[in-house]
This record gives sequence, C-alpha cells and structure tokens, in this order.
Amino acid sequence: MNMMVRAADIARWPSDPKVTQTGRSSLTEAVRMARGLGWFSIGLGLFELFGARSLARTLGFRDSEWLIRGYGLREVASGLACLSVNPGPGVASRIAGDALDIVTLAALSRPDNPKKRNVELALLAVLGVTLLDMLCQADVSIRHSRGRSGSHDYSDRSGLPRRLKELRTELDSV
Amino acid sequence: MKALVWHGKQDIRCDTVTDPEIEDPRDAIIKVTSCAICGSDLHLFHNFIPAMLPGDIMGHEMMGEVMEVGSGVNGRLKKGDRIVVPFTIICGECDQCKRGNFSVCERTNRKKDLADKVFGHSTAGLFGYTHLTGGYPGGQAEYLRVPFADRTHIKVPSHLTDEQVLFLGDILPTGWQAAAQCDIEETDTVAVWGCGPVGQMTIRSAILLGARQVVAIDRLPERLSMAEAAGAITINFEKESVIGRLEDLTDGKGPEKCIDSVGLESHVSFGQPDTLLDRAKQMMMLESDRPHVLREMIYVCRPAGIVSIPGVYGGLVDKFPMGIAMNKGLTFRMGQTHVNRWTDDLLRRIEEGEIDPSFVITHTARLEDGPHMYNVFRDKQDGCVKVVLKP
Ligand SMILES: NC(=O)c1ccc[n+]([C@@H]2O[C@H](COP(=O)([O-])OP(=O)(O)OC[C@H]3O[C@@H](n4cnc5c(N)ncnc54)[C@H](O)[C@@H]3O)[C@@H](O)[C@H]2O)c1
Ligand SMILES: [Zn+2]
Ligand SMILES: [Zn+2]
Repeated sequence: MNMMVRAADIARWPSDPKVTQTGRSSLTEAVRMARGLGWFSIGLGLFELFGARSLARTLGFRDSEWLIRGYGLREVASGLACLSVNPGPGVASRIAGDALDIVTLAALSRPDNPKKRNVELALLAVLGVTLLDMLCQADVSIRHSRGRSGSHDYSDRSGLPRRLKELRTELDSV
Repeated sequence: MKALVWHGKQDIRCDTVTDPEIEDPRDAIIKVTSCAICGSDLHLFHNFIPAMLPGDIMGHEMMGEVMEVGSGVNGRLKKGDRIVVPFTIICGECDQCKRGNFSVCERTNRKKDLADKVFGHSTAGLFGYTHLTGGYPGGQAEYLRVPFADRTHIKVPSHLTDEQVLFLGDILPTGWQAAAQCDIEETDTVAVWGCGPVGQMTIRSAILLGARQVVAIDRLPERLSMAEAAGAITINFEKESVIGRLEDLTDGKGPEKCIDSVGLESHVSFGQPDTLLDRAKQMMMLESDRPHVLREMIYVCRPAGIVSIPGVYGGLVDKFPMGIAMNKGLTFRMGQTHVNRWTDDLLRRIEEGEIDPSFVITHTARLEDGPHMYNVFRDKQDGCVKVVLKP
C-alpha cells in the first residue's frame, strides 16, 4: 500500500473511508516518461551549472565555463517545463537543446582535442537521450492530442426545449 | 466500495476503499446512481488548488438513493428518497445560511481552524475538495456519506431522469448565479468567456434572464457549436480578436456584463503573451493562477458594468489591472455557488421544459473508467464536454 496515502491518513478525518487496494491510474506512460526526462534534465542542468569547470576540463573545452552554465540553465528550464501538466513544449525544448548539444560536441570532437575520446562518449550519450526525447515527444502528442475532436458538431443541443418549440411555431407561421 | 481517489498531480485511481458510515445523527448515506467530472476537478487533477492529500476521494457532482439516515435527520429525508447532493454542505441554521449565502455556511467546514488561518474566515464544507474546505470525501464513488443531510439535499421527482437533474447540484445553479448576479437588463450584451459545461449553463441562463445578446468566447469549435445552439454569438479567440469583435457588437461601447467561466487555467498561447509569463511564473511557484480572462474582461467591460466570476481561482494573481477596474467603476461579483438558493426556481424550470441540462452530456462511462475519462475531459478529446459516470 502506498506510503503517501498511509502518511496522509493521519491528517484525514479518522472515520473517513480509507484506501484498501489501489487501482489503475490516470497517469499515462507518456506523462511518466516526460517527468523522468524532466528530472534528468534538472539533474544534468544543475551539474552543468555547478560543475562547469570540471566538465570543461573533461571535454577539453577551454574558456567555456559560462557557455556550459548557460546550457545548464537551459536544461533546468526545460526540465521544469517537462514536469508541468502539459509536458509537450518541455520535451520539444529538450529536443532543440539536444540538437545544440550535438552541434557543440561535434565541434569539439577535433583530432587536436586531447580529450576527444571523452567527447565521443558524451556525444553517444546525448544521441541516446535524444532518441528517448523523440519517442517521448511522439507519445505525448499522440496520447494527449485532441485528434479530430473539433469536428464534432453540437448545433442541435440547444438545451432550451420550450424556446426552441416557440421559435419553430413562429417560423411555421411566417 | 470503489471510488476515484486523488494520489497526486494527474494521478487519479479507481481504488477500493472502506465503506462510509453514519457518524453523526444528521448524516445520511446514499448509493450514488450518477456522478460527473467538473472543471473544478481538473484544477485538483492539476494540483493547482492547495491542500489535497493522497487518498482523498474526488467528486462533488452526484446524486443517488438514500440508504440510511441518522436519528437527527428528523424525517426530512428517509430511506429510498432520490436526492441530488449540492456540492456545498450547509447547516441551514447559521447567519449565512439564513441569508441564503450557503457556500459560506459558518458551521459545516470541519477544518475551520485551518480555513480561518488561511482565508481569514472559514467558508462552507465542500465535497471532494481540498482540506481547506473540510476535506470531505467526494461522490465519485459507490456510496457517499452526506453530513448535515437534513439540509444538504435536493429531493427530485421520479419522472425526471438522472441526467436532467444531476446538474442541479453544481453547474446549473453555477451558471444561473453567474448570470443572475449580473442584474441583466433587456438592453444588455452579456459576454461569456469559456464554453465548458459552466459556460454553457451560463449562456442559457443569460438568455433565459432576457439579455439582448449573449456572446460566447472559446477556441474549441465543438463547444462553440454548442453555444450557438442556444442562440449565442460566438468568438473563436484563436481566430479573431476578442476585444475587436466585442467592440463591434456593442457599437464600440463594450459589453455591460462580463462573465468568467474559465477560471485559473486560462489557455496558454503566443496569441496571449501574458499567459506565457503567467505559466512561467506558475512553474517557478511565483504565481498560482493565470488571470488572463480577468484582465481581458476588465479592459473590455463597459464603464459601470458588472464583472461576474464563477470560474475558480486558487491563490494569487499578478498584474491585475486594479487601476482600470477602479476608474471604470466596475462591480465584481464572485464566489462558490450558493446552490440551494436557486434550487426551487431551477427545478421548476426543468419540470416546465424551459431548460433541459442534459444537453451538455457528451460521454457516459462506468466509474472504473473514471481515471481514463479524466484524461479525455482534460485533453478535450473525442468532442468531450461533460462526462457522467455510473458507479
Ligand atoms: N463557482 C462555482 O461554484 C463553480 C462551480 C463549478 C465550476 N466552477 C469553475 O468554473 C470554471 C469552468 O468549469 P468547466 O467545468 O466549464 O471547465 P472546462 O475546463 O471544461 O471549461 C473551461 C473552458 O474555458 C476555455 N478557455 C480557456 N481559456 C480561455 C480564454 N482565454 N478565453 C475563453 N475561453 C477560454 C476552455 O477552452 C474550456 O472550454 C472552472 O474554473 C471551474 O472550477 C465554479
Ligand atoms: Zn464543480
Ligand atoms: Zn450554515
């Protein structure tokens, strides 16, 4: 049984109904995955913000700490957006960020970079996460889109039966 | 029994819970025959209203059959009666109840101390809502304990279907109160923001109360078609300028009466840049609500006009144009609905065929499908306007 529910039972009115068995949740896989990516984004962002110097050294990326911190800020913002109730734009912003990361790392993967090997590993990792981001993006947009909802027509649902009848008789008499 | 239970943001589950029991002589237990998902439930679903706890049972629009009554119900209700339960729990005896201000009943909030601290003064207890309003278990369940049941009920005649009377407990009187508190005159233009279930009831109420023209604003074509069905003029805010159209429809003077049936989760888009800023602030917990509609209403409303707010707000709003509101001499009216104040009048109108609230129902499902239906309603999929669940 869910720990959170048990803990909250203490604050609930003693005689109110208590959960004995929990069932299927409204939380979709798409949203769960977006939240996972969101927390990952925030973690990575904080690392880039506070570990910019060591990250720059590992990647052979000289004089670029502020750029890395900027990227960190971007990661945190995307992460927060992924955790919101509409994760779509958050995940999309992660994909845009992935592209930026890939371009940056590709530029660093020069033969004269003594840390070329590290850069390549990082590039591989980013490519992997990009794939996850894209899968998640597709899932969110399929699962939570409106589809052809807008084509429903409710122009026969007046809800005012008497008025409608009066209008009809009026129309008939002219 | 089965019930829809809140576990966290976007996490509602159909759980098995213990059955409710009579606790107080004024209680009754009902077997729920129909319940619905409300726009207010979406605010809870999104965790925008504070003080929900994992394990709370959702739902405040419900009706059913009385199974058991306490000794203090004094014959006002008996086993077998068919009742709609108003979402506001009322004692019927306090100063506010005597004045008909039922949603601010002074006695029914069992977490009054908490509410006094947060709100300054406590309001009524509500079903299936936050612990600030008593944390009472809701009616998206097979059974419900109704506290103060001798007063907190609406008896309904057997010749009307559940679908015709269910909304007497919330959205019908909410739309009605929203329009009634506008003091509508026959020369008035009434503009209604939001064509969700509450907006739809508001539009019909404004028409029945004799407005010259009713203008309905939303972006979802299916909901706009439903507004048009009642005779409203529609504005799709994604396709045209709300302010421009309202000016055109009122000879450049603005609507006399403006009604916000949207609430704190105004649609976020680049077309309304203020909503982007509000959204960003919400994510950083610098602001709780997105008051775009309030800003727009205050701007476009005719001076000396009335702004009516049935839409729910949860906490703090930023960039609220108080200067414009003050200088234009606008009147603000708002609040959770005083449901029972309007019951007799509305029940009569349903019986006489003046209004049939069942028009708004687009989806009927089993209680077990509730978690999925929350997503369908939230994402406005499959033309969904209103979901009714059958436990
Ligand atoms: N006062 C009360 O007692 C009471 C009772 C019931 C519901 N409510 C509140 O009423 C509000 C509406 O409820 P509902 O069930 O109709 O919800 P809903 O979410 O189905 O409807 C909201 C509608 O507003 C539209 N919208 C969003 N942004 C808009 C904008 N900027 N301009 C115009 N339209 C916009 C949406 O497209 C949607 O159709 C909610 O805030 C709900 O909590 C209040
Ligand atoms: Zn409601
Ligand atoms: Zn009272």
